[in-house]
Amino acid sequence: MAVRTPRQIGEDVWKTRIEKVNAELVTLTYGSVVAQLCKDFTNDYIQVNEQLDKMGYNIGIRLIEDILARTNSERCRSFKDTAEMISKVGFKIFLNITPAILNWSQDNKQFSLIFDDNPLSDFVELPDDGKAINELWYSNILCGVLRGALEMVQLQVEAKFVSDVLRGDDTTEMRVTLIRVLEDEMPVGDE
Amino acid sequence: MSKLPTPSRASSDKSSSHPGFAVRSSATSSSLASRRATVYDRNMNRRAPDLALSTFAFLFSEMVQYSQKNVKGVQEMENRLSAYGYHVGQRVLELATVREIKNAKRETRVLGLLQFINTTIWKAIFGKVADALEKSKDQEDEYMIIDNNPVANSYISVPKELSSLDCASFQAGVIEAVMDGCQFPAKITAHSVPTELYPLKTVFLVKLDPLVIEREKYMR
Repeated sequence: MAVRTPRQIGEDVWKTRIEKVNAELVTLTYGSVVAQLCKDFTNDYIQVNEQLDKMGYNIGIRLIEDILARTNSERCRSFKDTAEMISKVGFKIFLNITPAILNWSQDNKQFSLIFDDNPLSDFVELPDDGKAINELWYSNILCGVLRGALEMVQLQVEAKFVSDVLRGDDTTEMRVTLIRVLEDEMPVGDE
Repeated sequence: MSKLPTPSRASSDKSSSHPGFAVRSSATSSSLASRRATVYDRNMNRRAPDLALSTFAFLFSEMVQYSQKNVKGVQEMENRLSAYGYHVGQRVLELATVREIKNAKRETRVLGLLQFINTTIWKAIFGKVADALEKSKDQEDEYMIIDNNPVANSYISVPKELSSLDCASFQAGVIEAVMDGCQFPAKITAHSVPTELYPLKTVFLVKLDPLVIEREKYMR
């Protein structure tokens, strides 16, 4: 059987194996969460970013199982393969987008995801307090999701947004850096 | 409230959910506006393609867990979930109104509004019409919207010690916002009524404000 490309896997799973809901439900619910966090942390956006990242992490460590169970795909051979899977399968399945992968670093340990379209930030305008536009990463939950999901497949990464159209930047860009490949660790006292 | 990121241009004020114009005053945002298309330039009729149910389920689960922190009881927990829903409902009502502007009519009677919620609103946000709309036999001011399979409850299993909790309170919040927005103040609560066929079945109890009942009498 021919090896399927990540794009084929993503398209296939999206079309046949995903139960769908109205996108606006997700968009508005996410907005509701961010708004509540801003209120709870009295507009301390740095803390809001952190909380979103934490929530994303919790999602990520469970979401990876969902992906693996649905795709039945093979282990990635390189970080480049991983990047392809993230964009063409992960983002495709859950948000129906395939962010472009660009700006690889020389050592192939860093890349950028460029989001042309981001369902989470539909209808969104950042608060006009002169602060949010410099501090809040509205879609920061996605960074946590990546960090959590990849950790479960032994890749410790750092993911952070470096620009966002909501802030007036030309593109929405997330920078993903591979920190190290985690070793399988035996629990203490286990043979 | 006005400083919060709002996923639509609705004002966060409870009573006014008409499409208002945000005042952009600061220099940063006006220069921003001149640089690129803003949300206001977007075609409101463009409906985004569907997303995966799991995306909502993961997000909702985080929301529930976050709301569980420092919570004092089931009641407070349900209030928090309902508050999230309220935020969503305000915007759903506005979107539905803007989109249906040509054949929109102002609902002046309770039954008309409830039917609007039961069909148009439910379909716009939860992708199907609600399963039933009933009037209470004993109480003049109570109605019930019934959903056999509320989306908020899919993949949620409530622990035994919290058995009275119904996470569909989130959806109750949506209804409440729509009713408030249409000037029919009411209190909506979610009650799970599991049946063999529909283990997640929820009844949304609509308790109308006395003011609404009084108004109804005049209109007869």
